[in-house]
Amino acid sequence: MLQGWVIVLASFSYLGILFAIAWYADRRADAGRSLIANPVVYALSLGVYCTTWTFYGSVGRAAASGIGFLPIYLGPTLLFALAGFVLYKMIRVAKTNRITSIADFVASRYGKSQLLGGLVTIIAVVGVIPYIALQLKAVSNSFAILASYPDIIMPAKAGAVPVFQDSALYVATILAAFTILFGTRHLDATERHEGMVAAIAVESVVKLVAFLAVGVFVVWGMHDGVGDIFAQAATVPEVARRLATADSPAAYGTWGTLIFLSLFASLLLPRQFQIAVVENVNESHLRRAVWMFPLYLFLINLFVLPVALAGLLHFPGGGVDADTFVLTLPMARQQEALALFVYIGGLSAATGMVIVETIALSTMVCNDLVMPLLLRLPMLGLAARADLSGLLLEIRRWAIVIILGLGYLYFRVAGEAYALVSIGLISFAAVAQFAPVVIGGLFWKGGTRDGALAGLTAGFVLWAYTLLLPSFAKSGWLPDGFIAHGLFGIELLRPQHLFGLTGLDEITHCLVWSLLVNLGAYIGVSLQRVPNMREARQATLFVGGAEAAGIPGWRGSAGVADLLPLAGRFLGLERAQEAFARHALQRGLRGVEELPADTLLVNFAETLLAGAIGSASARAMVASVVTEEPLGIDEVMNILDEASEVRAYTRELEQKSLELRIATAELRQANDRLRELDRMKDDFISTVTHELRTPLTSIRAFSEILHEDPNIDLAQRQRFVGIIVGETERLSRLINQILDLAKLESGRAEWTVTAVDVAEVIREAAESLAALFAEKRVALELDGCESGLVVLADRDRLMQVMVNLLSNALKFVAADSGRVKVGVTALCVPGIPLRGQVTADEVRVSVADNGPGIQLEDQEVIFDKFRQGAGTADVLIDKPQGTGLGLPISRQIIEYFNGRLWVESAPGAGALFVFTLPRQASDNGANQKTGGEP
Amino acid sequence: MSHRILIVDDEPNIVISLEYLMKKEGFQVAVATNGEAALQRATEFAPDLILLDIMMPKKSGFEVCQALRANPALAAAKIIMLTAKGRETEIAKGLALGADAYITKPFSTKDLVLRIKSLLA
Repeated sequence: MLQGWVIVLASFSYLGILFAIAWYADRRADAGRSLIANPVVYALSLGVYCTTWTFYGSVGRAAASGIGFLPIYLGPTLLFALAGFVLYKMIRVAKTNRITSIADFVASRYGKSQLLGGLVTIIAVVGVIPYIALQLKAVSNSFAILASYPDIIMPAKAGAVPVFQDSALYVATILAAFTILFGTRHLDATERHEGMVAAIAVESVVKLVAFLAVGVFVVWGMHDGVGDIFAQAATVPEVARRLATADSPAAYGTWGTLIFLSLFASLLLPRQFQIAVVENVNESHLRRAVWMFPLYLFLINLFVLPVALAGLLHFPGGGVDADTFVLTLPMARQQEALALFVYIGGLSAATGMVIVETIALSTMVCNDLVMPLLLRLPMLGLAARADLSGLLLEIRRWAIVIILGLGYLYFRVAGEAYALVSIGLISFAAVAQFAPVVIGGLFWKGGTRDGALAGLTAGFVLWAYTLLLPSFAKSGWLPDGFIAHGLFGIELLRPQHLFGLTGLDEITHCLVWSLLVNLGAYIGVSLQRVPNMREARQATLFVGGAEAAGIPGWRGSAGVADLLPLAGRFLGLERAQEAFARHALQRGLRGVEELPADTLLVNFAETLLAGAIGSASARAMVASVVTEEPLGIDEVMNILDEASEVRAYTRELEQKSLELRIATAELRQANDRLRELDRMKDDFISTVTHELRTPLTSIRAFSEILHEDPNIDLAQRQRFVGIIVGETERLSRLINQILDLAKLESGRAEWTVTAVDVAEVIREAAESLAALFAEKRVALELDGCESGLVVLADRDRLMQVMVNLLSNALKFVAADSGRVKVGVTALCVPGIPLRGQVTADEVRVSVADNGPGIQLEDQEVIFDKFRQGAGTADVLIDKPQGTGLGLPISRQIIEYFNGRLWVESAPGAGALFVFTLPRQASDNGANQKTGGEP
Repeated sequence: MSHRILIVDDEPNIVISLEYLMKKEGFQVAVATNGEAALQRATEFAPDLILLDIMMPKKSGFEVCQALRANPALAAAKIIMLTAKGRETEIAKGLALGADAYITKPFSTKDLVLRIKSLLA
């Protein structure tokens, strides 16, 4: 029944279904209805922690050491249950800084160092390769065992079959293809893969159900419940030993080590970082995950011990590898469907791990290792290439192939020397080297790039020497003497008993030495100097949390013109344009072109690029277009000061106080303006009072004189009454004009606007004053007043202006010799269109007199209220009669019709009053615009 | 011997009314229509009393008052300020500069004459 092709078909069908799920989730994500924006999906996707190591290896470990399989799951349980705040902080920081991988995280934290990013990448790749090899081994073994059904035959040793008959090679090839399909279809600035996460969540369900199915079958199908298995186990001394917790003091030490290791692994393994931090959609999902993920771990381990004991009871003598009990127990009872299901569950565990891990590693290799190197090679000319997004994807695809190739190589070389769990632990110990720089970086501001480099390098070297090289040695690729007698035969350098440290298992031994040296170097070297400005800035961002994110990282600027093409080269122009448009929108601007060339924009572009090529490369690229301002002396002083947080705070305070100062100044200005207006109103009332009292004084005085003395002669009486009449008229005129001006100034005047023939108005005004001119024997000439020029104006108001100008002229010229001349001309002013006018033609009216003229300093003053021209004092003995309001009113009227009124004069040479009005081009009528304007 | 009165005002009609009133009372009258003319007329005419307007061209009544008080030859002359400006501060300013009285326009002719007589008594 279970021929090879059935298994192959089932495998491919399963992978096909997964791919369909991923494709569907990606489609939903593009449509904005994310399938994975759900805390349950997030918690399930975290189940990628459980690989074939868990699926097959836990039972194997339980068969060897009883409950000793458990610490691997207690670590993550403790982390999620008790230290969720660390994860929370990592997510916050990663989101704020667009962190795309653990390498990016470390590089970014210590001043966006490319060197550091590269180092972390190398450690991660080297460290994780055994882990990938483990998955290949598990899948190919389970395939081989299942294919030999109904016999239960352990597969041949890894190195024993020729490469091209080795199913592990094909597994690796298929997984590589599948990963490329999943992870590198397109380039995303956020480096998130919704489809992949959805598929991983489904896989988590499949492997959990498969394992529970085996558990239920073994416990209740093969035995009478858990009690029955334990009772049977207790009767066999070999098996009963597995029921003890630990049988030596060293075993307790191992427990501690494993809990510690797995705790960090569940945070720092590239795939865990990818799923828990990078792919996190919403911080709040973590709140559900802190109990759901431990619950998942609990469930998947629920039947480990019963299955292990049942396996030991069922296959005595060690002929069957305990790592395969999950599969071989159903096979032994001819449960074909269950066996196939278990195989699929194992496949789920393996593919999930391999896909996420290689995608995470390929991103790191591309962003933190290959791109920085390529961009530095001038001969490739990459820095100038227009579109690099294709190249980025290509690099990632090759990285996936190479990583899986290395995994396969390790499997061929070292795969047989270790059980599944031990291989996994080598990887765990490698990524544990990240713990000091990551955790320290999150909570300690003193860490420097040099400290991080020293710590990581030292830890990595120690890990390789005490764990990785011995694994080669055990496989025969290095001489045996290396382990037994140390490097060059020096006993102190025995890799598993370094400097004579004995009594520990190899993992604990490695961990003690590597972390001791790692932590010591990290702290020791960091303390050698205070963090420089860039490190301090990043420290504030990471340690201070997202609250400090407002600190600008750049002191320079670059415009959209530079940054958009730059981003376009890595993201593709279309994507970059979308992102910039979104940024503009967020800043309340209408479009990309409105974005100012400021620090905010540069930071945005850097963060955007960081998503595609990593923070260190992004910084280098952005630096190439940004013109940074030179350091000022205070900033140099600031660098000497470690308290970058204080700096940020001070900057904020300065900003606030500046805003306050500006607001205060504005208020003061407004207040001054109000006071000025108040003073002007006061002055106006005072002046009006004065002007009203003056004619009243004469009226009262003469009235009383006439009243007191009835004997005044007739001529005298006539003269006094004449004065009273004149002053009364003056008073009424004054009151009328004050009211008129008040209406004009407040905009409440009513206007009847029609097309008005200017010449006609002038003639009419002249006629109305003809008698007065004749009386003083002053000549009045009208020049060009037959022209029929038309303007849009209020006829009566225009008349008022004309009468005012003419009577002013009459007032100032001398009797008999006086001459007043009125002129009308049309002026063409090209190119200055006035509002609503088709042409810019003007009508210009002038009133010239041969009076005393007006001194230059008075030529503007006479248009102020109650200011009358003094003339030349010697000539003028009498104070001019008038209210001092005629000209201000005239000017208000002319300006209302978009004209201008001014005077040209030289003292002694007469005065020339001129006003202009826009000419009505089509002289076609009175129906243009009528009625009052508000 | 009749007293001499100098009328200083730039409003022709007010000058006419004051001139008529003063002459009717039997005073000798001189007229000036601006501040500078007032000072000149004051030295020539040596008035016993000056009716002084404040708002005038060339020199204001305040300036004229100050200059008169600075001249020892004219120290005895009484000064009545006559003005349309009736604000408290201006009254105080006029009195502080050495004016003997301050009358706001429009004034009662009867009161004015009484005031002049009491100052000259």
